[in-house]
Amino acid sequence: MRLALWAALAAWLLVLDDAPARAQEGEEPVAPYVQSDANAGATPIDDPAVLAAFNGRDGINRIVDRTVDLSLEDPQLGPIFQPFDMVRLRRTLKEQFCYLLGGGCTYTGRDMSASHADMGVQTRDFNLLVQHLRTAMREEGVSNRMQNRFLAVLAPMHRDVVQR
Amino acid sequence: MVFGGKLPLTRGVTSIEGSTGGGLSTWALVAGNETEDGVGASAFVTRVPLSDYDFSAYGVAIGFFDRVELSLAHQEFDTGATGAALGLAEGFTFEQDIVGLKLRVLGDAVYAQDSWLPQVAVGVQYKHAEHDWLLAALGAEDDEGFDVYVSATKVVLDQSLILNATVRGTRANQFGLLGHGGDQDDEYHAEIELSAAYMVTDRLIVGAEYRTRPDNLGFAEEERGYDVFAAYALTENLTLVGGYVDLGSIATFDDQDGAYLSLQIGF
Ligand code: HEM
Repeated sequence: MRLALWAALAAWLLVLDDAPARAQEGEEPVAPYVQSDANAGATPIDDPAVLAAFNGRDGINRIVDRTVDLSLEDPQLGPIFQPFDMVRLRRTLKEQFCYLLGGGCTYTGRDMSASHADMGVQTRDFNLLVQHLRTAMREEGVSNRMQNRFLAVLAPMHRDVVQR
Repeated sequence: MVFGGKLPLTRGVTSIEGSTGGGLSTWALVAGNETEDGVGASAFVTRVPLSDYDFSAYGVAIGFFDRVELSLAHQEFDTGATGAALGLAEGFTFEQDIVGLKLRVLGDAVYAQDSWLPQVAVGVQYKHAEHDWLLAALGAEDDEGFDVYVSATKVVLDQSLILNATVRGTRANQFGLLGHGGDQDDEYHAEIELSAAYMVTDRLIVGAEYRTRPDNLGFAEEERGYDVFAAYALTENLTLVGGYVDLGSIATFDDQDGAYLSLQIGF
């Protein structure tokens, strides 16, 4: 019991110490949580050819920004994203994609289940986001094969993002 | 209730028997563009001009919550000039209606990419052919019958592949157009349907299918069928399928092959 209390306190201190340090200018504060790469929801692809196909971290950043832009413009998805902190979302998504594509980043965001809790995301929304991501990857020149290798990593997150 | 929402081509195309599949085989995918939150529908027309015959099919299907599929199809097998050579009238046409019911029982073909477990569906097709007097004269036991099947489908996204295997219990002669059971064999047999397709893009797949079939009638041999095809999702509602199909010997005329052309709409 006492051990658990100490562990919780330690985790809390760690978060207090860590999260604000990584957050960038213009982000709203979030409730404390335990940071871990495991929150990214999958193990990274260990193949330099995939990272190269995404044009490294610069390419990944462009793909995330374009995907978020397209989603905000989307009449169905826009209203779902609008109320939330898009500065933070862009940063954490870039970290997550970079981590999962073997780009050597650390993921500092929340896990997929907590991130999308009570949001009411349905499969149709999930698929719309996949389509926007495909558009962004295609515009970045990522081949269909490489797009699919990345989507294969994201696809199982459907069960955490679409909660019923 | 939510309409639409499936990813392109994940409603498959419609097989010649009206169930969702590839062209020649049935898959475990469910008709329509709906997700688990809604209802969808599809319709198709398919033409297969073979060497000595003209095969065509059309029909509709409804998908409920990406789980249950109800399908109706009509097939016509026009003997054309070959009709006279068979001792029938020129242009004599064999016909049948097919009612299909499919239930997705487990697994997920698309999202569960961290598991090898395929999407599995079980189904039944009731087939009723016309011209019972002629089918009897050709040696068929019945003009109607049931096919039952189990299908397993998996999108292997990592490899850009779509794989399917189906086991079908059937007594159907030439898909049921020549009735069910025959003078040579009247038992149910387990037949196999295999398909593999490569996702060139998320809107274009190319693949091949192979299907074994019973050989029940004494007067004519029935052989395996196979095809190669390309399916292109022009829009989220319109899919074009083109290919080449070989059905082997049909009613004593050997080497029946030709183009496979299909148009599918889905909502
Ligand atoms: C595989 C698919 C998805 C991935 C990988 C993903 C990833 C993420 C990440 C990394 C975050 C930030 C977590 C944090 O702030 O700590 C996030 C938050 C969010 N996601 Fe997703 N997401 C996915 C699908 C979706 C879908 C389909 C929607 C809605 C249509 C959606 C809407 C949101 C929203 C609105 C937030 C902000 C939540 C907040 O700030 O509290 N996500 N997602």
